[in-house]
Amino acid sequence: MKIAVCVKQVPDTWAEKKLRSSDSRLDREAADGVLNELDEYAVEQALQLVEAAGGEVVIVTMGPERAGETLRKAISMGADSGIHIVDDNLGGSDAIATSAVLAKALSGRDFDLILFGSESTDARMSVIPAMVAERLDLPQVTFAQKVEVNGTELSVERVTEYGFDLLSTQLPAVVSVVEKINEPRYPSFKGIMAAKKKPVESLTVADLGLEPSVVGASAAWSEVKDFAARPPKAAGVVVTDEGEGGVKIADFLTSQKII
Amino acid sequence: MSDVIVLADHHDSEIKKITLELITGARALGNPVVLWLGTGCTDDVLATLGNYGATKVLIADSDSVNNHPVAPGAEIVASLIASMSPAAVLVASTADGKEIAARAAIKSNSGIITDAVEIAADSTATQSVFGGSTVVHSRVTQGTPIITVRPNAIPATAQPCAAVREEISIDISPSAQRVTIKDRTVVEKGARPELTEAEVVVSGGRGVGGAEGFGVIENLADSLNAAVGASRAATDAGWYPHQFQVGQTGKTVSPQLYIANGISGAIQHRAGMQTSKVVVVVNKDPEAPIFELADYGVVGDLFSVVPQLTEEITKRK
Repeated sequence: MKIAVCVKQVPDTWAEKKLRSSDSRLDREAADGVLNELDEYAVEQALQLVEAAGGEVVIVTMGPERAGETLRKAISMGADSGIHIVDDNLGGSDAIATSAVLAKALSGRDFDLILFGSESTDARMSVIPAMVAERLDLPQVTFAQKVEVNGTELSVERVTEYGFDLLSTQLPAVVSVVEKINEPRYPSFKGIMAAKKKPVESLTVADLGLEPSVVGASAAWSEVKDFAARPPKAAGVVVTDEGEGGVKIADFLTSQKII
Repeated sequence: MSDVIVLADHHDSEIKKITLELITGARALGNPVVLWLGTGCTDDVLATLGNYGATKVLIADSDSVNNHPVAPGAEIVASLIASMSPAAVLVASTADGKEIAARAAIKSNSGIITDAVEIAADSTATQSVFGGSTVVHSRVTQGTPIITVRPNAIPATAQPCAAVREEISIDISPSAQRVTIKDRTVVEKGARPELTEAEVVVSGGRGVGGAEGFGVIENLADSLNAAVGASRAATDAGWYPHQFQVGQTGKTVSPQLYIANGISGAIQHRAGMQTSKVVVVVNKDPEAPIFELADYGVVGDLFSVVPQLTEEITKRK
């Protein structure tokens, strides 16, 4: 089985994020870039599937030069190779353009499964897996809490608002996984050393056969008109509990007409 | 006046509150036309949708729609965009909603904005990003604006109108029917309201100390008819199920009242609750950053403060 896992470099989850005033884009330089946590579950799932049934895992990312570190990090968990789509023209691409780039990079490579995390912790749109499935005309089984492959048949438990649905389809397919599906492994020392030698293919927009005009900020189908930091909240009242803390909160809630 | 398509979020004939919020939001942009996928559109449902301003309810109820997730819905939305040229399409920011919106955007060459909290008459969307620390105004510049809206952001208000029912039949391609729903499991979630829709959320974190400690959190929640939330520290430790995690890697909530108990307030958690209207904090560490968000905070042991609060609320009701 040949599995692609699409991952994204995002600002450290624990860091404050800000938009740049010059171009209304996320200031990625201001924080450390890390592997999107939710993508680790997708990498883990791919490794488990390949460990059970054989095959290879290819990590795919689109992002600037430094996203290469994130690609290596994901490979160090145990993947076989990587594809890094890196091109200055890509900066400012919206989800529509990003999905077009990923779809181009993924097509024609005979992947049985294309795996994603359920969302990125920076943009949080959760739309790329669906868009890639649409563009590649592949079955889409997303928000999976369980993935099973039996020959060419794929069974997935899709998390819903009220529980989960059992879905069934044929490979190849696009899958996204939620964080309760597994416990991602930590890269071993051996894995980290090995990752340095694993092949990584670097691709530009031209390599993918796309016109530069269909990617980047100028091609986006939506735009930021303006933005502002939320005004800081007025300081509230903080008291120390001296045996009446619960009553005092109740008094506050009554004063707010909540109870 | 142009039509605005509102994709109804519902579970059979149970209308999700977000649907009424979407119709309310749609009224500012044009004439709200509801698209109802699947079963459940009873006369009562029709009347409720009309009561909030839906002029028409389009019903697509067929095996192709009911037995296959997402892809058929996207085909129907794209087909209606082509035939109706609506001013916008409004969809709930749920997993299904976002994915239908995403695929319809590609099909109809339209831009998409997710997680709006407000929509102006010219379709400019307000988004609250990075855990509510930044407010952004965005707009779609190509095709039909497709906008997903967060639950609990636009207050639903009635504007009575007689909604007309119209059954629609749109052919669904075979490729949109390749994923089959074999079985649906409804997980018993008890009597508590849904986390993202609740007016009040009571959360516990590391300070709760263990799974059994969540008993006091649940008691307080039940006294307020609230949903229970948990910080990542609590869900990672296995004290409370993952689906109740509030934060950057969990759910985003925006209730009228948020009570944080034993939660320090790392950015990871704040990102999921920062836009709550009123925040109450109980924590024994006076230096905990969560106090910066508190409208009212108590420095103390949650195991004495919270039960006392529960008792007091029960007494005052």
